[in-house]
Amino acid sequence: MNINVSRRDLLKGSGALVVSFSLVPAGDALAQGAAPAKPVALTELDSFLAIDARGQVMVYSGKVDLGTGITTALRQIVAEELDVPFSRIALLQGDSRLTPDQGKTWGSLTIQVGGMQLRNAAATARGALLEEAAKRLSAKKEDLKVADGVISAGTRRVTYGQLIGGKGFALKLDHAKPAQPKDPKDHTVVGKSIPRIDIPSKVTGRFAYIQDIRVPGMLHGRVVRPPAIGATLQSVDESSVKGVAGLVKVVRQGNFLGVVAQSEWGAITAAQKLKATWSTWQGLPEQAKLYEHVRATKVVQDQVTGNVGDTAAALSGDGVRKLAATYDFAIHTHGSMGPSCAIAELKDGKLTSWSASQATHDLRKQLAEMLGMSADDVYCVYLEGSGCYGRNGHEDAAADAALLAKAVGKPVRVQWSRADEHGWDPKGPPTLIDLRAAIDAGGNVTAWESDFFIPQQTAGSFMVPLTGATLAGLPQKGDIAPGNVFQNSAIPYKFANVKTVCRRLESTPFRPSWIRTPGRMQNTYANECFMDELAAAAKVDPIEFRLKYLDPTDRRGIEVLTRLKALAKWETRPSPQAGSGAGGNIARGRGVSYVKYELVRTYVGIVADVEVDRASGAIRVTRITMTHDCGQIINPDGVRNQVEGNIIQTLSRTLIEELKFDRSMVTSLDWASYPILTFPDVPEVVIELINQPNTPPWGAGEPSAAVVPSAISNAVFDATGVRLRSIPYTPDKVKAALAGGA
Amino acid sequence: MAQRKSLNVNGKSVRVTIDDPEMPLLYALRDNLALRGPRFGCGLGQCGACTVHVDGKAMRSCQLPLSRLTSSQRIVTLEGLGSPQQPHPVQKAFIDTQAAQCGYCINGMIMESVALLATNRKPSDADIRKALANNLCRCGTHVRILAAVKRAAGIA
Repeated sequence: MNINVSRRDLLKGSGALVVSFSLVPAGDALAQGAAPAKPVALTELDSFLAIDARGQVMVYSGKVDLGTGITTALRQIVAEELDVPFSRIALLQGDSRLTPDQGKTWGSLTIQVGGMQLRNAAATARGALLEEAAKRLSAKKEDLKVADGVISAGTRRVTYGQLIGGKGFALKLDHAKPAQPKDPKDHTVVGKSIPRIDIPSKVTGRFAYIQDIRVPGMLHGRVVRPPAIGATLQSVDESSVKGVAGLVKVVRQGNFLGVVAQSEWGAITAAQKLKATWSTWQGLPEQAKLYEHVRATKVVQDQVTGNVGDTAAALSGDGVRKLAATYDFAIHTHGSMGPSCAIAELKDGKLTSWSASQATHDLRKQLAEMLGMSADDVYCVYLEGSGCYGRNGHEDAAADAALLAKAVGKPVRVQWSRADEHGWDPKGPPTLIDLRAAIDAGGNVTAWESDFFIPQQTAGSFMVPLTGATLAGLPQKGDIAPGNVFQNSAIPYKFANVKTVCRRLESTPFRPSWIRTPGRMQNTYANECFMDELAAAAKVDPIEFRLKYLDPTDRRGIEVLTRLKALAKWETRPSPQAGSGAGGNIARGRGVSYVKYELVRTYVGIVADVEVDRASGAIRVTRITMTHDCGQIINPDGVRNQVEGNIIQTLSRTLIEELKFDRSMVTSLDWASYPILTFPDVPEVVIELINQPNTPPWGAGEPSAAVVPSAISNAVFDATGVRLRSIPYTPDKVKAALAGGA
Repeated sequence: MAQRKSLNVNGKSVRVTIDDPEMPLLYALRDNLALRGPRFGCGLGQCGACTVHVDGKAMRSCQLPLSRLTSSQRIVTLEGLGSPQQPHPVQKAFIDTQAAQCGYCINGMIMESVALLATNRKPSDADIRKALANNLCRCGTHVRILAAVKRAAGIA
């Protein structure tokens, strides 16, 4: 079965209802490169939504669903603000011609920013429809009633479809001064756990991921990556694949090597059999000396993120107790369950790219630059893939597909292998953090200093280089883009003297990108562990200690911690617990952590309960208790699902995950060498969502992950009196720490 | 050399044209028969995303060469269990508990759980965890997946 990926089919398949075709400008012609009639500017209402004659609403979202359920939540926002039934709304996402460029789908901003832009569009549309209805019905606007897309004045009524059906609004939007939205007390759709629309088709095998899409005439491609990251391709023996059935072409361009075949299995077979000779390359640091390498890397910028008072003077003052610690956090892979996949077709000088890119508008520019084309001739379409948790290999697969499609003149689908994904997705960079503090005789913190050794970020640009372009030697910007990893290096605690500095490094061993909670996780980890060290030194309960230093006017932060104490049945006492250094084989403890995300939004508090097996060094997390305030909640079950996922995924990253490599290449190329958490180790999870319906909605896709590593570290300290400072907390490291008694 | 292979998939006899009898079943299901339930995750038998039933037993279709299958073996995929309109009780339990994030692994979770419940109608929490121990999920949907299987078994 072939699936013709036209806009029409996508629209038909994108929701529970079949959208009126009149909404889709030019239909199939779009796929052939006709100019779109529909605006995509953020300042145009018609960029975001359209209503057809039957009153069906089409929402155009530049933010995409990465498996988080936001397409359900975004529909809820529009249904609420526009007063139309949820079931009458379809949503098209991530289409570089049809959806507005709302920025990458990252940073827990889809609801907070993208959703609020949609709310503004819907509120503006509703206001305009009421104006028009008032004229038609000869009534005052304030006397009109709206329900289910029908406006009435007494017995006279007019539908949205009659008012605007198929026509544009031609109205401007100013997202800095949005239209007045509904009073939250009138919400009937927002705040409800509406079931996700994609789940029935996903659990019955009907949902089409990018990996399932087929286009007419499509061939199958595989890439053959070098055995060392910087190796040069010296020769290719094409006779090695001569017998492979259906082989179309071996494609070689610089160090980019790939095969194209009629069938997927043919492409896999050819990629496995192809003999190529590569130069050696050993440009990676020794893994055992990774953090020495990080510390020795040239600093190109000292970015001061917090500066209060005079820490140097406070640290050298008389009668203070000084503490210092160094924390590190391993390199992680995104580890998507479905390796990256993309399809490309280059026809009549125009490129169409189907992928699961989290930023199709950006990808369009990158592909155009790589192929020396005008961005106007590149069209990028988003199709949902396996969860990516950041910038994984999807964009790279799109580049690979474009290179292979260009080489064979036919549409090519590229499916990465597991080794391609584990080996070649961009990585979360290694992070090293030094902390110093002073405590006076009264147990008060008088100084806090920190240095975060993290890679630089190209100013104002977040284009992770495309591996295919790098290997092929094609033009592209040389960005280094780990994301906004400086965030949460500054602290929410009010000490008299504070200096937090991000030492931005010239380079990092692997091509970096953002992985869920980038920087915020690593930085919060060090800060909240060190905070626990200070509380222990001051012999104060760690929650009381945090409350003592939080801004007393920050009511929501205090509420998150206060509610956490009740939810976790917290026993007020300092850590470590009495008898932690001795006793039986299993040591039990509890640890707390807290974050105010980026110091301006979502608040999270967490308690982890752990058991440490002194003999094996294994940490077992038995229970996670969390309080979570992300403002106005659009879909409570959706938020809960994300928070649960953050907790479990981050337990895995904290306890198990670490990229392995030799001097040439990643060596953890499968799930055996890069294991993740499995069912036997899943703890009990207790979550309290604190809804704040009268405040703006904030992100929930990342913040709860930030607090997990530190809560576990602090719990292990509570249990054993031993402080763990190097992620992941593998049994070997734990045993060594217990033996050292540090 | 192209050859034909007869299979029994979701209750129907089908014939697929293949070049290589050592091709794993996964590719016949996905590429020849356009099925979407079984998913490519690793090709190594490590993640479970490709799981199907062969005569009621959960098997990794990425590790099952067509040469080892006969036309009398009953292959069932996620599609063969139920549909959005008429889901299998385990599929319905996954919908009711909203047990998916990206959903890419869910095929394996459901196929493995159905096979478990066929032989152990009232599994314990530990039984379920053990049965799913070799099925990976990266989104961290485990808590809900456990709840869904318990719901399907009538123990939650």
